[in-house]
Amino acid sequence: MSENTALDRRRFLRAAGLAGAGLALPALAQERKPESVITEVQDWARNLGDGVQAHPYGMPSEYEKHVVRRDVEWLTAGRESSVNFTPLHELDGIITPNGLCFERHHSGIANIDPAKHRLMLNGLLDRQLVFTVDDIKRFPGRINKAYFLECAANSGMEWRGAQLNGCQFTHGMVHNVWYTGIPLKTLLDEAGIKTNGKWILAEGADAAGMTRSIPIEKALKDCMVAWAMNGEALRPEQGYPLRLVVPGWEGNMWVKWLRRIEVGDQPWHHREETSKYTDLLADGRARRFTWIMDAKSIVTNPSPQAPLKHKGPNVLTGIAWSGRGSVARVDVTTDGGKNWKGARLDGPVMPLSLARFYVDIDWNGQEMLIQSRVMDSSGYVQPTKDELRKVRGVNSIYHNNGIHTWLVRANGETENVEIS
Amino acid sequence: MSKSAKSLALSVLLITAIAAGTAFGQVRKKTGLGREALTEEIAAWDHDVRPDGVGLPQGKGSVKEGEVIYQEQCAVCHGEFGEGKDRWPVLAGGQGSLKSEGPEKTIGSFWPFASTTFDYIRRAMPFGNAQSLTPDQAYALTAYLLQLNDLVKEDFVLSRENFAAVKLPNEANFFDDDRETSEKHFWKKNPCMSNCKSEVKITGHARMIDVTPGSKDGPKVD
Ligand code: HEC
Repeated sequence: MSENTALDRRRFLRAAGLAGAGLALPALAQERKPESVITEVQDWARNLGDGVQAHPYGMPSEYEKHVVRRDVEWLTAGRESSVNFTPLHELDGIITPNGLCFERHHSGIANIDPAKHRLMLNGLLDRQLVFTVDDIKRFPGRINKAYFLECAANSGMEWRGAQLNGCQFTHGMVHNVWYTGIPLKTLLDEAGIKTNGKWILAEGADAAGMTRSIPIEKALKDCMVAWAMNGEALRPEQGYPLRLVVPGWEGNMWVKWLRRIEVGDQPWHHREETSKYTDLLADGRARRFTWIMDAKSIVTNPSPQAPLKHKGPNVLTGIAWSGRGSVARVDVTTDGGKNWKGARLDGPVMPLSLARFYVDIDWNGQEMLIQSRVMDSSGYVQPTKDELRKVRGVNSIYHNNGIHTWLVRANGETENVEIS
Repeated sequence: MSKSAKSLALSVLLITAIAAGTAFGQVRKKTGLGREALTEEIAAWDHDVRPDGVGLPQGKGSVKEGEVIYQEQCAVCHGEFGEGKDRWPVLAGGQGSLKSEGPEKTIGSFWPFASTTFDYIRRAMPFGNAQSLTPDQAYALTAYLLQLNDLVKEDFVLSRENFAAVKLPNEANFFDDDRETSEKHFWKKNPCMSNCKSEVKITGHARMIDVTPGSKDGPKVD
């Protein structure tokens, strides 16, 4: 039986010290037996499968069960105010499936009946207004846009050095989604902003009553009130029934379960823009209102959770994004930054959206130190971690967009390392 | 098409044209969607407070009253002295730690404005029973947290009237995003492509720390 052959082959490889690699050995003569997956009729080729409606809402194959969001339990005291991470190493293209978009809640997921949800506009406006979700969906001028959302604390654990083995954990607080909604400007125009209205406060309906101050210029430029993601209603964990979309700016500002927009003449300096989401520098001072997410990229394959398994042709891939515009180019190195090569961007490259890059490599088992480096449309080049630390120290927590390094060992295993 | 159907079609066309004319003629057409918010509704939701005191409700509360509420409703998580139990947030102390290896960012050591404490407690705490505190209780708790941070005396009473006089010591150490000047060197015309460095050394391994979830049963190449 070829099953035994496979077992024998594995034993042989292990004995030969090659088990870790299992790599591109010339096929041994006695192995050249027909594969049972071909010669034997498989169950799925003989029996009838499930009929329609077996899964009214379709789910991934049972063989994809490992493709899930994961959390790091030691990070937080409890799961209601916590975060989990997008499995970037299992995804391709630029769109994040709805069920895999990372979550960050401050008081758990609000479970809102849309019939009982209201959006209020108040403050420095000609009219103080209340809308139902239906009202919002009746506004003219509906738009669809793909935007990345990155938590400002993404890669925050890596300031002092390599910590977590997996791009899911080091970079998984980002997702990229098609939003359907209306420009926030449409609503503000409906209410009429008074001339002294310079800031908005966005507020969530959850038990954290999440609030953020946003300058009126940004609110009018490209913010959206969205009710759909990737074509279907927002998921509860992403703010159902309404969320604010703040393109290119830190994820915390994209207030979920959006219930109120207040217009004022000053920022509010609330907890998420003072205690949190301010960047402590080495000299003890702190930057505030660091809203823009700087350009960043990461190689998602290979990575610690997705090691190399074969010698010969392999596809190196990753994602890049910038809060200042679109991805202009991505360079990749496999020798720790001595030499770089332009990667191929494939799929749409849109402003403030993830871009996907590829480098087709031929791997002969040599050790590699892999990095990627993005340049955006403003000419900003992703800095090294040392360049970042020189300006910011190591206490910032937020906005770590430094170049990341994966060490690929001879057996294909991949590890998060830092290099000189 | 009958004569009347024709004239009907014509008049529909005309009406459409007139309607379109007015729609495009107006600069900012209101849709009329939504309705006016009632004063009681705005009062029920608009509780936000600013550093200048705008938004503060009528009321007052003392350090002493705050201590009682705090020990009953907050200490389980934040610790008797605001030191933070287990991994729950620390609320007091940390003064002088901001430049150190382990900065402790508390109301006393880091926060720029006292108004943030009042606003946040009233909207989000106690964790699991949010929006349950009265304005007087929020004043009292804010007063108590200020006292735990050695910023007011034990007999202090906080009210809307004296709120603006409370200043936090770290306010001056915040400044607006300056990345476009302080990090101007990250905008580079021609990033190096070849022979960029002669030597590369590995300076740190995640494996040494081994804090990755499931790293024991993680991916294996077999
Ligand atoms: C069950 C545990 C628990 C209880 C009880 C609790 N808190 Fe909290 N508190 C938290 C958590 C968790 C957070 C952080 C929430 C988040 O991540 O957004 C927090 C945050 C805070 C903060 C902000 C800390 C910072 O550094 O940003 C303050 C202030 C605070 N709580 C005050 C209080 C007060 C006052 C009470 C009592 C009325 C209270 N808490 C009761 C768990 C608790």
